[in-house]
Amino acid sequence: NSKKKADMSLNGKDKSVVKSFWDKIAPKAGELGGEALGRMLVVYPQTKTYFSHWADLSPDSAQVKKHGAIIMGAVGDAVGKIDDLAGCLSSLSELHAFKLRVDPANFRILAHNIILVMAMYFPAEFTPEVHVSVDKFLQNIALALSERYR
Amino acid sequence: MVKWTDKERSTVASVWEKIDIDEIGPQALARILIVYPWTERYFGTFGDIFTATAVLNNDKVAAHGKVVMKALDKAVKNIDNIRGTYADLSRLHYETLRVDPDTFKLLADCITITVACKLKSALSPQVQATWQKFLSAVVDAMSSQYE
Repeated sequence: NSKKKADMSLNGKDKSVVKSFWDKIAPKAGELGGEALGRMLVVYPQTKTYFSHWADLSPDSAQVKKHGAIIMGAVGDAVGKIDDLAGCLSSLSELHAFKLRVDPANFRILAHNIILVMAMYFPAEFTPEVHVSVDKFLQNIALALSERYR
Repeated sequence: MVKWTDKERSTVASVWEKIDIDEIGPQALARILIVYPWTERYFGTFGDIFTATAVLNNDKVAAHGKVVMKALDKAVKNIDNIRGTYADLSRLHYETLRVDPDTFKLLADCITITVACKLKSALSPQVQATWQKFLSAVVDAMSSQYE
């Protein structure tokens, strides 16, 4: 019963707020993702330890921008499957748990930067009410991503 | 003691110049009450702060937001000794107000998001890094008298 898992805390209002905000930002989602990842690497340098295989970790780096867009694509998929985040993110959870072995504390750090970039690009739309639902949504994604860890 | 380069000092000053205390303060305090509603516990005398609409229209929230920003102004102007500047304030929040120090981190994040809404692309990654370093020093100083 998926209702017993993390997404219990997302109520109907949160889901509709997230979906409607996502509709507004979808055309810019890739760019937002690149910005968020670029910022995270600058502002939280400890996160660079997961990307030592890339030559250029600056916000302008093509690899950083591309990877940020991929991450945001996955967030967009999750918006579409918001009623079953655990199912939607199951294989990504395995990837992060067993192959990438990213400390789940970093999900909160990336979420902060995603939220910040949303506020920068869409200040009028990113009201406190949208902020709280998006924050809960990203927290639920983090929980779903952590499912497979131990 | 937190060390600041000249560039960091001027970055913090330039962010601070761009914001209006009377505008940002109320917005940041409203955001923490809406996004992290358990913080309502500290504002029992403020009346209705239990819905987003109520928070956004509450005069006491707005007034208190300005008080908080004025205090942050002291930190900007005493950046080399934020700890000393905030010792009494820290003691007040611990002994009298009994505020969980994790709350300071949440408010710092809400201030940053509010500033991001205002500054937009002027908040470059480097500026964000310096601004967050400044707010971390403020959070540390606010937690310093808790024991």
